[in-house]
Amino acid sequence: MQLYQMTAHELHRLLVKKEVSAVEIAKSVYDRTDDLERKINAYITLTKEKAMRQAEAVDAKIAAGEAIAPLSGIPVAVKDNICTKDVRTTCASKILHNFVPPYNATVMEKLEANQAVLLGKTNMDEFAMGSSTENSAYFVTKNPWNIERVTGGSSGGSAAVIAAGEAVCSLGSDTGGSIRQPAALCGVVGMKPTYGAVSRYGLVAFASSLDQIGPFTRDVADCAIMLNAICGYDPKDSTSAKVGVPDYTSFLINDVKGLKIGVPKEYMAEGIEPEVRKAIEAAIEKFIELGAEVEETVLPHTDYALPTYYIIAPAEASSNLARYDGVRYGHRTEEPENIVDMFMRTRSEGFGEEVKRRIMLGTYALSAGYYDAYYLKALKVRTLIMQDLERAFAKYDVLLSPTTPSVAFKMGEKIDSPIQMYLSDICTLSANLAGIPAMSLPAGFVGNLPVGMQLMGKPFDEGMLLRFAYTFEQNTDFHKRLPLL
Amino acid sequence: MTRYEAVIGIEIHVELKTNTKIFCHSTTEFGGDPNTHVCPVCLGLPGVLPVLNKQVVEYAIKAGLALNCEIAEYSKFDRKNYYYPDLPKNYQISQYDLPICKNGYLEVETGQGKKRIGITRIHMEEDAGKLVHQGTITTSPYSLVDYNRTGVPLIEIVSEPDMRSAEEARAYAEKLRSVIQYAGVSDCRMEEGSLRCDVNVSVHPVGTGEFGTRTEIKNMNSFRSIQKAAEYEIERQIEVLENGGRIIQETRTWDENKGITVSMRTKEEAQDYRYFPDPDLVPLVIEREWVEAVRNSLPEMPEQRVARYIESGLSEYEANVLTASKEVSDYFDQCLKTYNNPKMVSNWIMGDLSRLLNSVNMEICDCRVKPAQLADMLKMIDSGTISGKIAKTVFEEMFNTGKDPETVVKEKGLVQISDESAIAAVVDEIIAANPKSVEDFRNGKDKAIGFLVGQIMKATKGKANPQLVNKLLKDKLS
Repeated sequence: MQLYQMTAHELHRLLVKKEVSAVEIAKSVYDRTDDLERKINAYITLTKEKAMRQAEAVDAKIAAGEAIAPLSGIPVAVKDNICTKDVRTTCASKILHNFVPPYNATVMEKLEANQAVLLGKTNMDEFAMGSSTENSAYFVTKNPWNIERVTGGSSGGSAAVIAAGEAVCSLGSDTGGSIRQPAALCGVVGMKPTYGAVSRYGLVAFASSLDQIGPFTRDVADCAIMLNAICGYDPKDSTSAKVGVPDYTSFLINDVKGLKIGVPKEYMAEGIEPEVRKAIEAAIEKFIELGAEVEETVLPHTDYALPTYYIIAPAEASSNLARYDGVRYGHRTEEPENIVDMFMRTRSEGFGEEVKRRIMLGTYALSAGYYDAYYLKALKVRTLIMQDLERAFAKYDVLLSPTTPSVAFKMGEKIDSPIQMYLSDICTLSANLAGIPAMSLPAGFVGNLPVGMQLMGKPFDEGMLLRFAYTFEQNTDFHKRLPLL
Repeated sequence: MTRYEAVIGIEIHVELKTNTKIFCHSTTEFGGDPNTHVCPVCLGLPGVLPVLNKQVVEYAIKAGLALNCEIAEYSKFDRKNYYYPDLPKNYQISQYDLPICKNGYLEVETGQGKKRIGITRIHMEEDAGKLVHQGTITTSPYSLVDYNRTGVPLIEIVSEPDMRSAEEARAYAEKLRSVIQYAGVSDCRMEEGSLRCDVNVSVHPVGTGEFGTRTEIKNMNSFRSIQKAAEYEIERQIEVLENGGRIIQETRTWDENKGITVSMRTKEEAQDYRYFPDPDLVPLVIEREWVEAVRNSLPEMPEQRVARYIESGLSEYEANVLTASKEVSDYFDQCLKTYNNPKMVSNWIMGDLSRLLNSVNMEICDCRVKPAQLADMLKMIDSGTISGKIAKTVFEEMFNTGKDPETVVKEKGLVQISDESAIAAVVDEIIAANPKSVEDFRNGKDKAIGFLVGQIMKATKGKANPQLVNKLLKDKLS
């Protein structure tokens, strides 16, 4: 087995035993990246020099006999909407093509404190708007399982690098499923933590009340390790939660006997491809076999999640993206006639179609005379969706469903049909609206394409999700299958 | 001709005197090189988040309590969306439907006595930056932006449309400034823009219940312009109506030089701000204990000072004049600390000091004579070192130079002559030189003694102790 194929906890063991150096690990991953990038197109920016320096520092520490953190020397890729000091952060948009933040996102500070090695910044849908990574202003990232297919989105780059061996762990952001959906389509583990569990400081905002940073990993144990590194209260983020952070690895328990799973029937309805449903049904059988109690349940307002999301997210986005006007940084149009012309042409040139579509939607939804009918109504429905979930969690430890209605679709297949594209996130949106934690893990295959299983949990009950996922993983081997590249 | 009644409401922006900005740690210090008092948060760079400054909330509560407002238990911040280069995020964080304070009032002295002006609401918000044009805004080849002010905390105080004349509008603004200063939450320096007024004016024929269409005059920064602009606008609107015209709802600016208001934009072009709750800031739940603690920390307000001054023997008039400005009142109180004679101090502040300040158009806070120095000079009068008359000269010199009274008296040789024999010699001289007056006095003309005293004072360059002069003169003439 190659170093680039290993998990963080396996590599940590080798590092501590001095069987391998952090520099060797970084080299292995970069060599793999050199081989594959032309095929996969997952990185917007590579930070090789910095990475090698970081790896050397870890090796020096090990040589000096000092203890190292579980992520020390582990190569990590980061979605390009997470600010990295002195490293450009583009959000895959032309409007920020030259933006170099003078500050780190809080998660970057935390990764640096753990001495993780930053490999580079990964491709995404522009400003995290999309479900296929086809909306990047730069290039499309391809699915390592089949390069004619999409990676999902918007964190497609961060999912692809894990599947392809171009990184060991990565960070993405999830506003409506942007971690879980690409994790499912790329056959890796992806978690959206509870809203407020991870600081949003330095995450370029798409929809502030829904956005959350989370990890992509090869297995569940690595997911716990990443959560340990990035979770916690941050005084720089008012929406960050003042709750204690448990040791997430303590939930890596291979036992779900007597625990209760609810399967919302709305998530297994006709929109789900039959073969995906079959894979999820098999996973449910597995859990029953392992001693969990499974019941069908209902989330009556599920149908409203999509329209609610497509009011709230664009409304917040229309305001969050107003700052990209060419005045202070980023792209500015040439020779504008006056200030209004400068704003308009800068934004016309700088933003892609999907971003403009959502800005228009959001601007409309917030306009005088429409606010009550759209935005305010959406907030009310959001409450109903939360209440559905609260009721369900009074009864069940987790809710189980497919992560996506289908396996990875072909590039170009949905790009001209926004509604079709929006439907890829139908199973994931509710968790963002309710702020609850949810994860996706490999649960089967349709042909050679991975199927993702979604587990949703109570607020701040990431531990329970890890426990279910770990048990499933220990008793199956979907996560061990590698794409042929 | 129809008689008209004016209706005026005022919105006042007040800058709070916190050390740091409303949502970050950048300094709020006035001035500084452009864009030196900024950080990623107040510049609204991608990814950064606002964190509310607790001191801002405390000051807003304090202002609300000073203006007799209800303090909300639940409040929140909203985004007000509009494009302008001095607004880094292209939205301003403000409060829309749930402001921190509401339903207050302010009592104002008017021609018809005390009047209560309602305060609709007070909300918190961040200030924007400022544009610097080369030449004028229309001809400048480029414009520069200074974001130093961006994120400076403001409260906006919105009155009810309770004022009926330009004088009342001015009185309200002046009183409000004084109360805010007393509360200690702002310096209210109008020249630095820390207090800015927008005035809403409408007129309607007396007797009709309904208010007329209003116009808003933006950004006035002196009490005089508030009054002048309101006067102008009332007359302008009456004239339009008298000529059969119609008032259009619009925003106008006050042209100080021409003394007129000018249309800025009409309602048709009015902005749709698309307010919505700011998802980056959590709602504000304000504990009652905190409000009570703030209430207990409120300093003495003008009404309380007026009562205290009257108690100490001043007239109501004097008490009101002294308390109209917090700085004057503070100056007065400082003097009393070392020279506890309210009447005397009051006379000097309202007399010589304000006369001299007015003559050079100076505020009391910039005055070179410190309260302790005035007190020292008053003590020198009491001890007989200088006469009340000489004190006027001494004070003027102190005012011009900032020197201590002792220094001035020494340098100018103004020490009062209280030596009986020295004065007696002069008295003898004057009696000898003015036999006519002496005779007049002896014939019962009491006035004549005044002339003699004057002559003695003249001969001693005013330095003779007047009591002693009187005593000696009467002794010698009887």
